Amino acid sequence: MDRSMWIKIASIVGVTLVCLYGIIGLPKNQKELVDNFNNNIKLGLDLKGGSQLVLQVQVQDAFKAEADQLIDRIKTELKTASIDYGSFDRNEPNSIETADKIEIVAKGISINKAGEFRRLLSERFPDWNLTSTSGSDYKLTLKPTSALDLRKKTVASAIRTIESRIDGLGLAESSVQQRGAAETEPEILIQMPGVDDPARIKQILQTAALLELHEVQEGPFASREQMLTQFNGILPPGTKAVRGMGTQESWFILKRSPVITGRDLRDSRAAQDQMNNGWVTTFVLSQDAAGRFGRFTEANINKRLAIVLDGQVRSAPTIQNKISDNGQITGAATQQEANDLALVLRAGSLPASVVYLEERTVGPSLGADSIREGLMSGVVGLAAVVFVMLVYYKKAGINATVALILNAIILIAILAYAGATLTLPGIAGVVLTIGMAVDSNVLIFERIREELRGGKAVRAAIDAGFDRAFLTIIDTHVTAVVSSAFLFIFGTTNVKGFAVTLIIGLLANVFTAVFVSKVMFDWELSGNKKVTTLSI
Amino acid sequence: MAGVQQGWFQPKSVSMQLFRDTNFDFMGNKLPLIGLSLLLTVAGIISLIIEGGPRYGIDFKGGTLLYVKFADKPSEESVRAALSKKIEGEISVVAVQGTNELMIQTEMRNEKELQSTRQAIEDTLASVFGSQPNKLDFTGAAAARVFERLNLPLQKAGVFISDDDLRKLITETLSFRDKQKGGILSSFDELSSVPGMTPQILTVLKQEAYLGKYLVRNTEVVGPRVGSELRTQALLATLYAMAGMLIYVGLRFEFVYGFAAVIAVLHDTVITIGLFSLFHKEISLTVVAALLTLVGYSMNDTIVVFDRIRENLQRGRKGDMTEIVNRSINETLSRTIMTSGLTFLTAVALWLFGGQVLNGFAFALVVGILVGTYSSIFVASPILVFWQEFMKNRGNNSKAGGVPPAVTTAKKLAAK
Repeated sequence: MDRSMWIKIASIVGVTLVCLYGIIGLPKNQKELVDNFNNNIKLGLDLKGGSQLVLQVQVQDAFKAEADQLIDRIKTELKTASIDYGSFDRNEPNSIETADKIEIVAKGISINKAGEFRRLLSERFPDWNLTSTSGSDYKLTLKPTSALDLRKKTVASAIRTIESRIDGLGLAESSVQQRGAAETEPEILIQMPGVDDPARIKQILQTAALLELHEVQEGPFASREQMLTQFNGILPPGTKAVRGMGTQESWFILKRSPVITGRDLRDSRAAQDQMNNGWVTTFVLSQDAAGRFGRFTEANINKRLAIVLDGQVRSAPTIQNKISDNGQITGAATQQEANDLALVLRAGSLPASVVYLEERTVGPSLGADSIREGLMSGVVGLAAVVFVMLVYYKKAGINATVALILNAIILIAILAYAGATLTLPGIAGVVLTIGMAVDSNVLIFERIREELRGGKAVRAAIDAGFDRAFLTIIDTHVTAVVSSAFLFIFGTTNVKGFAVTLIIGLLANVFTAVFVSKVMFDWELSGNKKVTTLSI
Repeated sequence: MAGVQQGWFQPKSVSMQLFRDTNFDFMGNKLPLIGLSLLLTVAGIISLIIEGGPRYGIDFKGGTLLYVKFADKPSEESVRAALSKKIEGEISVVAVQGTNELMIQTEMRNEKELQSTRQAIEDTLASVFGSQPNKLDFTGAAAARVFERLNLPLQKAGVFISDDDLRKLITETLSFRDKQKGGILSSFDELSSVPGMTPQILTVLKQEAYLGKYLVRNTEVVGPRVGSELRTQALLATLYAMAGMLIYVGLRFEFVYGFAAVIAVLHDTVITIGLFSLFHKEISLTVVAALLTLVGYSMNDTIVVFDRIRENLQRGRKGDMTEIVNRSINETLSRTIMTSGLTFLTAVALWLFGGQVLNGFAFALVVGILVGTYSSIFVASPILVFWQEFMKNRGNNSKAGGVPPAVTTAKKLAAK
């Protein structure tokens, strides 16, 4: 055997070893082998069990909140500049598409201060366009570039919040990503393999977790009507009405601006309530907020403070004495609920509410069945193919079988090294790969037979067979790779999985069917000087 | 390896050969077979028209789909009746063959129903098949819930076990439930074989939990808007992929080869989708993956034949296009039958042993491999022959003789 032959064999053995290492590592016993295999080959949630959710961020919420904040800030600025104003109102865009149409109508700006008003707004609030609608009335609209920024910011911050909640749950293998190409696309795809309690996770992800502590002005009232009649239908300025939690209806009138918000929290934990043996969620404030809160509670002893979570008053205790840096939220039914609330408070609030567009959950028992059945059919299919190849192509069938198995090993190893997950459509890709791998061998062998029948000597027939079949293999493979590339670029998540597996499988196949198989034939021939027949 | 080497090349070995020097007149019989193709295609299209388009799974039309496994399978009718009291619109309840499972499917017309329909189904199942509100349903319970439920009662019962050990025991127990028992236990006593399980813990478990009579194994909830988006995306991806193949094959061979190959692939896709419609099977995302697979197979088959046609043309074999195509198909017949037969074996294995999740996928493959092999020979190749004859006739009419047909085609197309 010559030198180049040895190099070829060494490279094949090298590739095989590197691939095997990628799949099973260096196991010392059978248990380690199984463990390594399971760690390296990540199964998608359709095989393993788990949940996939698609969330849509209601970005219009963020636009409304932005407008509300703007109104507050403009009012403050106008007061300092002593410009009189009548009222500020915003519209209610209620879909994602119309979010950009947010609009603030300012009324009753004194006409002789019009120039000052315009200057102030364009200097201090450059994100907004100001147009005059009549003498003292104006309309504020969000500039298109700023609207785009706000969309991006909202989606990005929703993703960050959801990511940190999922991290908090300890779901290590999960992924959170934006769905769709544009950065402004408000859809988020969350994949959580191995999750066994999707209902709880959905609850956690959907919670806005907007915590606010407001001073209580009046309340509780038994109904909204009762509350409104007391104030002749108009709430006192600077207040808002908020519903209390619970089956019994109750309403509170709170000071509009909160004393403390969720952003001021440093930590949050679930704890056992000493009073009635239930569960509560405690929170600790950051240093800066603790100072503010201490001053506020000291000045407002005997007044009541409402703890508002996601627009509902959780409780409204009376301030007994100065509190500086901690508090608790009651109302959790179980330990888990108190825990989950602590988790979402730690992770921060969502910038806008979210709705579910899609959910796919595969239970662990179905996942286990799918794996078993998938393996079973794979083994039966492969065994049948190997059997037929051995019967039909005799000794050359061994050659094909080795190439086929090496093809599968390389494919799985590349998936393992790349950290890809194997899903059901991925298995489709593997099936097509096996089919085309068999075809490569069949093409080559049939061609060699033809050349032998044509009267060529064994060595020449093998060379010609490989050469001619190589062209066909390149054509079929490149066509499949080209179409897979399109599927990858334009396809849905699970079509992408199919395309990636197929592309890797086909590239590996060019190596195994053409190179490895040829080297095996050459190796045979190198030992025998005069070969007259070939078992094919 | 030395041992293998010895026996590898046997003297006087006789090859097993299925089709040796065959000379079937494929192109001579093309007309009736093209008729058959047209018949199948038209039948598929008519069936699609009658049904009002392909029968989309909930992936593509939006809806709720639950696979529910029962300890004792109830009749489909009783479940449907119970559900129809709470849910409007079409409800389909189908038994999954060979299992104790029912597939429950409802349609969904707007995004707001997304959570409510699924909740209504689960509530109905809970009320019909009995739930014990003060106990934990052990069937389908998550590890964290079992832990929380057992922690205190175990302490009260005087069973001392550390939190970590309890978590490990629960994980083992649930894995036993899911992997050995398929998710549903018939009695808590089955758990006594789980390593680490003691009679005391089992007693506490029996007192805190009950065994639900059903298990939701798989849930899919897809909003109609997402559904239609997926449909468009899947269709576009497939069309782009076909365009990609058309261009590549067009460049490597000639445009008409690419055209013929894509027509053959379209033919296979339409017939398979038509058969899905005839057999009342649904097109889901998994089936789309299968359709893509068969497009791959069919294209592969076609290119192998085309490759041989090109080779025979380049070698300047005698005879007209019909003879060359015929010869090429015959020369590659052995390979075609061998490859298709082997891949068909794999697909059948998948169909028989692959389980419910892979069933639609495997069905599409089994059909697709048959149709795909057929189309390479009886659809793609005749198109080439027709085209060359058409060009030759045109060439004869305008100016006699001259350039060989293949070159003419390429030039004419380039000029267009």
